[in-house]
Amino acid sequence: MLTKRIIPCFDVLDGRVVKHVGFLENRRDAGDPVALAERYCADGADELVLLDISASEEGRLATHRVVAQVAEKVNIPLTVGGGVSTVDDVRALLLAGADKVSMNTGAVRNPQLIREAAHRFGEQCVVVAIDAKLNETMGQYEVMVKGGKVGTGMDVITWAKRAADFGAGEILLTSFRQDGTREGFDITLTRLVAEAVNIPVIASGGAGKKEHFYKVLTEGKADAALAASVFHFAETSVGQVKAFLRQKGVPVRWTGTGTPA
Amino acid sequence: MIAVLDLGIGNLSSVRSGFLRAGEETTVIARGEAWEELLAARDDVTGVVLPGVGAFGDAMFQLRASGLLNVVRGAVREGRPLLGICLGMQLLFSLSEEHGSHVGLGVFPGKVVRFPNDVKVPHMGWNDLTVVKDHPLLAGVRKGDYVYFVHSFHAVVQDEQHLLAAAQYGRTLVPAVVAKGSVCGTQFHPEKSGPVGEKILRNFVAICRAWTAPKGEKAHV
Repeated sequence: MLTKRIIPCFDVLDGRVVKHVGFLENRRDAGDPVALAERYCADGADELVLLDISASEEGRLATHRVVAQVAEKVNIPLTVGGGVSTVDDVRALLLAGADKVSMNTGAVRNPQLIREAAHRFGEQCVVVAIDAKLNETMGQYEVMVKGGKVGTGMDVITWAKRAADFGAGEILLTSFRQDGTREGFDITLTRLVAEAVNIPVIASGGAGKKEHFYKVLTEGKADAALAASVFHFAETSVGQVKAFLRQKGVPVRWTGTGTPA
Repeated sequence: MIAVLDLGIGNLSSVRSGFLRAGEETTVIARGEAWEELLAARDDVTGVVLPGVGAFGDAMFQLRASGLLNVVRGAVREGRPLLGICLGMQLLFSLSEEHGSHVGLGVFPGKVVRFPNDVKVPHMGWNDLTVVKDHPLLAGVRKGDYVYFVHSFHAVVQDEQHLLAAAQYGRTLVPAVVAKGSVCGTQFHPEKSGPVGEKILRNFVAICRAWTAPKGEKAHV
């Protein structure tokens, strides 16, 4: 049986892992990416996601070096994203060692990017990341870009379906309101998207304790759950989350580490 | 030394790093005229890996255009260990229905078809194996071991004897490992499948190292 995946995520800035609370403010250093990747891998992580948040060309190249170092060390899939806006960006990350490439603002600006990348490199490596925020005026979840700063007026469900039609292999769905708060995933949002598309959906934003993972993978119908700060700052571990899920009857890949503490 | 065939589509660094972790060097082969020529140039090559991401038709086109088709056929003819991974495994079947109809390498009778619409496609993530037949490639791999899949099409094995292991996805029993003589294939990515995948890569390395030319019947050039 296909299992639910637990995915630690790193934001990488100039070669270091950092974590923002609420996307923009409160940046905290969370360590060396290679050491963290190895730790998560040993603890039973099912995949890793690495998002490059560098603003400069040098920062981006530093991230490529980090991708290569991480890819060499870990034997689980690695998704990399951040600033991807052309097919050449996708190619460069794949060559650096990424197994999948995540695109966000670049895909919103030019949806053909999804189609081209899927055609050139296969759908399996195209992840479309969607940052979503509930817009009270629209009465819908709105697609946000530029790291959650800019609204697009586009409905998340419509965009997710379109991305899937264009050849996305997976959706990485982040609730902007929830991200970094550790108050739980947005179950409504996740379920809406997971039921709207026929490709896997990774839920992100808001993980604070192991119960949150259980809820989003069952009620929220997510195929995978992603978290950053809750793992970096050792509030709980990948092993503990998976042990808890297993105890609750959720199918997970069990590597025998961790107790549901 | 394992020859990894480069179809110019996917990233080979995962496969190469995987073999390095399994204790074996790799060399990337992007063009080829004949298997014998390759061996003449690289006499330390013990086995061949046919990796692959992307579409079936494009990959077959690349195999022909690059001359690597001759390398594959030569290796198969000589009885060299050959491992197809993911699309690389699918290419070893007779036929694929991916975007039209495409003829494959025909080592394994059977065809490659799309998953039904009642499951999410691609079949992406960790799924558990049911081992149905013992084979040196699966030494130490047990029922219930998890490996990492990512694919939208799956093989339908015509001859059950070729099936070594399978994984259940919805109502489809996905052929996960196949073998026939010296040729084997995995639908999942052993290089991305944690310690279980690493075991399978080590097993393949051992098969390659133990290989000796069949006596008396040297392959015809």
